[in-house]
Amino acid sequence: MSEMWTAKLRNKWQKNLPIEKLLPDDQPAYVASWIYVFGVLTLSALAMIIASGIVLAFEGPAWYHVSDVGLFTNSMHFWSVQMFFVFMVIHLWGKYWMAAWRGNRFRTWATGAIAFVASIATAFTGYLVQTNFDSQWISFEAKDGFNSMGIGAFFNVTNLGQMLLLHVAFLPLILGVITVIHVLMVRRRGVVPPIDAEPSLSEAKR
Amino acid sequence: MSISKEAKHDFDAAPWAGKTKRYDIVKEGSIAVAFVAILAIVLSLLMGSPDETPLTFKGWAVSNADNFYATAVQELAGTSGTATYGGPYNKASDGLNVGPFWLQKWAGVTHPIDTVNEFVIAPLSTQVMSTEIASALATWKAASDSQKQAWATAYDDAITKVEGKLSAVPAGAYGPVPALAKGLTDMAKGGALDAALLSQGGFFQTDNTKQILFFGDGSYLDDAGTTANLQGGTWGMMNETGRYPGQAWLWLYSFWYQIPPFNNEESKPIGANADAYIMYIMGALSLGLILIPIIPGVKSLPMRIPIHRGIWRQYYQANGINRRKK
Repeated sequence: MSEMWTAKLRNKWQKNLPIEKLLPDDQPAYVASWIYVFGVLTLSALAMIIASGIVLAFEGPAWYHVSDVGLFTNSMHFWSVQMFFVFMVIHLWGKYWMAAWRGNRFRTWATGAIAFVASIATAFTGYLVQTNFDSQWISFEAKDGFNSMGIGAFFNVTNLGQMLLLHVAFLPLILGVITVIHVLMVRRRGVVPPIDAEPSLSEAKR
Repeated sequence: MSISKEAKHDFDAAPWAGKTKRYDIVKEGSIAVAFVAILAIVLSLLMGSPDETPLTFKGWAVSNADNFYATAVQELAGTSGTATYGGPYNKASDGLNVGPFWLQKWAGVTHPIDTVNEFVIAPLSTQVMSTEIASALATWKAASDSQKQAWATAYDDAITKVEGKLSAVPAGAYGPVPALAKGLTDMAKGGALDAALLSQGGFFQTDNTKQILFFGDGSYLDDAGTTANLQGGTWGMMNETGRYPGQAWLWLYSFWYQIPPFNNEESKPIGANADAYIMYIMGALSLGLILIPIIPGVKSLPMRIPIHRGIWRQYYQANGINRRKK
């Protein structure tokens, strides 16, 4: 039984991330600052981006030019992206000043930072598929940077079809997977204790 | 009290054994989603989102026919930005480099563009045309490559010499080039060039590369970018059309274009290859962001600058903990 891959995976999962950690009903008392809110706000904005993006994907990239509902949905997508980055950058700075990578949390930090970079790539392709003047301008200007690195040979920012597929399929998938891994790591390792925390005080239970 | 680094690491890594408080993660998530949704709805209703109408070749040819005409001649002469670009469009130049790394050149020509045929001759050939244009096309197609080049270069040079003032161009051995440029300008004015450039004789097409590059060869797109305050030299990369916020998260990428030597194309080797250098710099900085926890100095700053005293103020006060000497 213990030789089974399935059993091994299940045992490892239950050991590292039991349901009590995944869906906790308590948390350390030191978690008492507004800075902690920005992680969940970032996730919430991402949820809004995905929801509005799905609606836009059903109707196509030019829909919002000719429909009031389309323009509203596009606006929801646009403002959710703006909020997403504001929340994420605050979250990132907060975690930096908390040195939140302490205590075997390097991978939690790294997946968060990779998610930030992946978000920039995803948002960038979004700007390219607006099918408006902005898309024309950004694609013409941005091509030089990618071409200079040889990246333009296979990532052609002036190709609407390619950018659209990357924006609605590939990049959200990558960002989604990284985000899920990041959140699971946060749940597994827990919230980092305060810098200067006294180990001797941690024995006192609530 | 002082504790060893190892003991502190073990303490930070271990499950928290101190005081805890109630925490409803599902409730918190639900409230956050509702808050963001309401904020997004309010902003969307009040502000909308940017949607500046795209430029068209018709708009260009009607508003600045001389510039469009001169650009068409450059495409025929092989002197336009696209014709002289290099990879991935052609081999007209080696492209940008950083030291011994010629990545643009090494990546090769993966999106070949022949500006003569794909920007001018092929689109013109799709039209029902006047006898003059049909005759010019026939003459062009029957001529040798060297003859074509000689006509187009002579006319392009003549236009450049009079700084684009077409009425001042002296007579010369330009062959069918003026007629071809006029034919393409008329085609653009009629609105037929946009679709012809995109389709290139086909039906399904989702690649706008040829249209975008042709646009960039003239002054129409550039002028529109300047008017909208989108030029890279003025932080345009993070601006947006209208009154909307743009990609503010690109501020650091945009920053490099504002300072020497990156903002001076004449400065070699860095300014002349700024796009490539900045890509390398941003790649290195992105990697640095990911690796902050192991970068000496940067990883220690949070311990030295006591912003954390504010974040965990309640904990420190409740337990009477003062800063440890670093």
